[in-house]
Amino acid sequence: MTIAPPMDSRTADDASRPGADNRGSGLTRPMSLSSPRGPVTAALAVVLRSPVDQPPIVSDLPAQIDRAIGASVDVLSDGDLQLALFWLYELHYGGIADVDERWEWQPGLLACRASIEHAMEAALRDSVHVPAPPAQTDAENVAQALFALTAEGDEQRLSHYIRSEATPEQAREFLIARSLYTLKEADPHSWAIPRLRGRAKSALVEVQSDEYGAGRAERMHQQLYARAMEAAGLDSNYGSYLDVIDAHTLCALNTMSMFGLHRRLRGALLGHLAAYEMTSSLPCQRIAAGLRRLGYGDDVVDYYDEHVEADAVHEQIAGRDLAGGLVEQEPELLADVLFGAAACLAVEGRAADHMLAAWTEGRSGLRTPPRTHRGLVSGPKKRIPSKRRRVRDGG
Amino acid sequence: MTVGEPARKHVEVFACPNGPFLVRGDIAIEVDDAENPGGGARRDERRVVALCRCGTSSIRPYCDGTHKVIGFRTVPPAR
Repeated sequence: MTIAPPMDSRTADDASRPGADNRGSGLTRPMSLSSPRGPVTAALAVVLRSPVDQPPIVSDLPAQIDRAIGASVDVLSDGDLQLALFWLYELHYGGIADVDERWEWQPGLLACRASIEHAMEAALRDSVHVPAPPAQTDAENVAQALFALTAEGDEQRLSHYIRSEATPEQAREFLIARSLYTLKEADPHSWAIPRLRGRAKSALVEVQSDEYGAGRAERMHQQLYARAMEAAGLDSNYGSYLDVIDAHTLCALNTMSMFGLHRRLRGALLGHLAAYEMTSSLPCQRIAAGLRRLGYGDDVVDYYDEHVEADAVHEQIAGRDLAGGLVEQEPELLADVLFGAAACLAVEGRAADHMLAAWTEGRSGLRTPPRTHRGLVSGPKKRIPSKRRRVRDGG
Repeated sequence: MTVGEPARKHVEVFACPNGPFLVRGDIAIEVDDAENPGGGARRDERRVVALCRCGTSSIRPYCDGTHKVIGFRTVPPAR
């Protein structure tokens, strides 16, 4: 089947023009489907690899999802469910290689996604503590409430560790883990533009314009990160490290996508963006210092230097004009704005804390992909040779 | 920034409560190298800049968010 080239492929054509920046070319191709992590992604992979008008005769995907949700201890850290959701959202972003693009709006698949989203939203609302709303709900007071919510405490977090202690391998792991989001930076929040009006809409476009380089493709934050990865000797093709990305990191990105792709969650998305911007400048400064300590040059650190300055601007606009402006227009969205901000801190915090805990315990901060187990792949059963069975019993 | 406002003036400055000056418009900022030896991200092309009001930014004249951790206030705390 032919898959139309994604929008980003125009960058490859532009690259042939004199003076065009063709670095960061990894952003021009859709990612490949990564390895399944459980029965849900195993079943989903079979569906996605089929043409949309000839789906597998028997797909147990809906049943697998229901079973997985019921059995899951925590949907937010369930790698199988989070990866499935990530793949399904990627159909709206850059697409997936060799996957029929018509799956994006296939009603049956959307229903499957809705099941996962329903469980995920419930888990977020259950686990995220939403602060009490400010007494006054004008834009300024909403902004100050968000600044108060996102204020740094005294505890040493991931960025502190990177500044002063991270090893070169740990820094590499960090760059890899962040890339899931940063190679598509700002895209999840762009979904909200058509859903807003007036001041909030203008503010979101102003922030996003800066994120996308304000007309200069080479200053687009996604491009800065791709160049940083390449300069650090990493693969900047989107999704190339997906197998080592843990469930918490997937969940943090899925949270943004879920908020962005549902109009009714626009309050949460704007709260998320405000919190994200408000927790960027100071950590990015520490990360930049840490990367320089480890010997990385400007070609890698430029991304972080840019964010120190850009997000000091963005946090003011996002808190006041964007989130605050939205609450002035639609006061009933205040609770969701605060929820979105708190959810941002929660999911981003979990991903960062998970990595930091692994490092301080001397373990890799990335996921170690297990050996492929036959049981995870939907297909005809094969006889297991007896000598392998003996090895597994003894192993 | 509401609909119906007169067209934006050439340069606008907004004083963020407890924060930087946000400046929109075509401006040129001259900064002595001694004041900002660290250099940093290119700044002359940004459409909106945040200028430090608290005096402790490491990338002065630009804001880097340090005002948040030093308790810089320009307005009394809300009750």
